[in-house]
Amino acid sequence: MHVIEAENVSKRFGNRIAVDALNLRVPKGACYGLLGPNGAGKTTTLRMTYGVTRPDIGSIKVFGLDSVKHGRAVRSRIGVTLQDTVMIEALDVYDNLKVFGRYHLLSGVELDRRARDLMERLELDSHAGMPVKTLSGGFQRRLAVALSLMSKPELLILDEPTTGLDPAVRVTLWELVRELRREGTTVLLTTHYMDEAERLCDELAIFSQGRVIAEGAPKALIREHLAREAVEFEIDADDDAALLQGLSISGRPLRIGRRTTVYLNDAAPLLARLREADPEDLGNMVVRPTNLEDVFLTLTGTRLEGGA
Amino acid sequence: MSVSVPHALAVLRRNAAMYARTWKTSLLPNFFEPVLYLAAMGVGVGSYITEMAGMSYVEYIAPGLVMVAAMQGASFEVTYNIYVRLTYEKAYDAMLTTPIEPDDVLVGEALWGVTRASIYGGAFFLVVAAFGLAPMPHALLAIPLVPLAGLLFSAIGMAYSLRVYTIDLFSFYFTLFLTPLFLFSGVFFPLEERLSSGWMMVAEVLPLLHPVRLARAAFSGEFSLQVLWDLAYTFGLSTVLLLSSRRIISRRLTT
Ligand SMILES: Nc1ncnc2c1ncn2[C@@H]1O[C@H](COP(=O)(O)OP(=O)(O)OP(=O)(O)O)[C@@H](O)[C@H]1O
Ligand SMILES: [Mg+2]
Repeated sequence: MHVIEAENVSKRFGNRIAVDALNLRVPKGACYGLLGPNGAGKTTTLRMTYGVTRPDIGSIKVFGLDSVKHGRAVRSRIGVTLQDTVMIEALDVYDNLKVFGRYHLLSGVELDRRARDLMERLELDSHAGMPVKTLSGGFQRRLAVALSLMSKPELLILDEPTTGLDPAVRVTLWELVRELRREGTTVLLTTHYMDEAERLCDELAIFSQGRVIAEGAPKALIREHLAREAVEFEIDADDDAALLQGLSISGRPLRIGRRTTVYLNDAAPLLARLREADPEDLGNMVVRPTNLEDVFLTLTGTRLEGGA
Repeated sequence: MSVSVPHALAVLRRNAAMYARTWKTSLLPNFFEPVLYLAAMGVGVGSYITEMAGMSYVEYIAPGLVMVAAMQGASFEVTYNIYVRLTYEKAYDAMLTTPIEPDDVLVGEALWGVTRASIYGGAFFLVVAAFGLAPMPHALLAIPLVPLAGLLFSAIGMAYSLRVYTIDLFSFYFTLFLTPLFLFSGVFFPLEERLSSGWMMVAEVLPLLHPVRLARAAFSGEFSLQVLWDLAYTFGLSTVLLLSSRRIISRRLTT
């Protein structure tokens, strides 16, 4: 059973196409990631999922219900953490949770209990009485996520949950997402961070300019598009053809200035040639596993020129 | 789309939760302001006026000022504060991730405007009554008029706020709309004695005129058929404006 099903969904603003012929299937219990640069259409996709943006074409079903027609019913079963801060800055942590709980018609003992449970769970209780505006970014983001959990959602939607956070807070949030999934919550999130997507999501859609340009499990996506190993080194544009001649390279070499990245299943022959060509410059060379960033760059070619 | 009263009340309670933080500091001026008005207008200006419509000047202006207080209590809420919630605090974006719909926001905000008008106008009424300017018991009939005036000016203010895209335009609302209403709606002098009957017909469009006349009727205990027209105007315009705002708020909160 799919929690989210989008079929051929498009949305435009004026003459800009924000989302173009989107197909999406998110299975129950999965963590599904929407990955893409600024303006790719991630937030628009999320808004259509919870029924606040109306698709021009197609429709999105959540729990089998049309998300626009049955918006109220759909949103009573989901939680959404928005990209922007929407907490009430003058109020403290506890009051913010209560205000938000009331939006879901919680009241009395139950409202109080859920607010306290979430403060404990997200380690906010030490700051329960502090006005939100005095909290650090990490605390604020944890509170933002806590707000969206007040309704005990079956589906949690997170719009760039870790943008601008320090590594320690990111790890805490990742752990929370994993924990929620163990409890059966389905998660749909967006991110700019390839490592986050790779670690958290069992399936991904890579967005570029409103289109899904690749889709699948992170490992499979990498395997499908590129070879296992990535070698980065510096070389003059004129010299790389000779260096790479005869090697079995997957995709095209990517270059930013002199920095060149090449993908191969076995990096050894290239390493040998690099050593031979310029023993001095080895300090700049990096050999690493291919990652989603490479897939993204290869597929979109953003800011990069093809080499060889 | 339809209104869900529990969800609308959740919207109201958000604002109430914020107000609860500051009510102690903001309620006190609510009592000072009427005293200042009554002192300056009633005792100051009033000492040059022996009587107006058969009563002392301060008695004459008291009922209208209660309605002015209700108007002001609602107006600030549904203009600047709604704009801030919409644009800076993104309060409605947050609400729309929950089962709350745009119609609930509209009704919740209107009810909150009514609440603030009631606090403000209610405080004013207490002061007026404490000075013995509200003839009892019939002046008590003015009490339900306070939320009614609040509803009218919430509806008017929201119809304006939802159509405005920069905060600068709110000063026009206050200086070019509310201030003239304050001065020319029969609070300080009997409009019908200064205007020909033709112009008086035109003046009937002024929204504050109707609550002021109703309050004057309550304070004097003299009711004519005009009361029905004033009630019909107040309810009618409120309803029409709120209905007209449904489409606009939906367009501003959803895409
Ligand atoms: N309400 C709107 N009116 C006009 N254009 C819009 C609106 N919402 C989004 N857009 C446009 O649609 C495109 C997709 O925007 P969207 O917010 O979905 O991108 P995103 O992937 O979430 O980007 P980011 O990473 O910056 O958050 C952008 O070009 C944006 O300018
Ligand atoms: Mg976005």
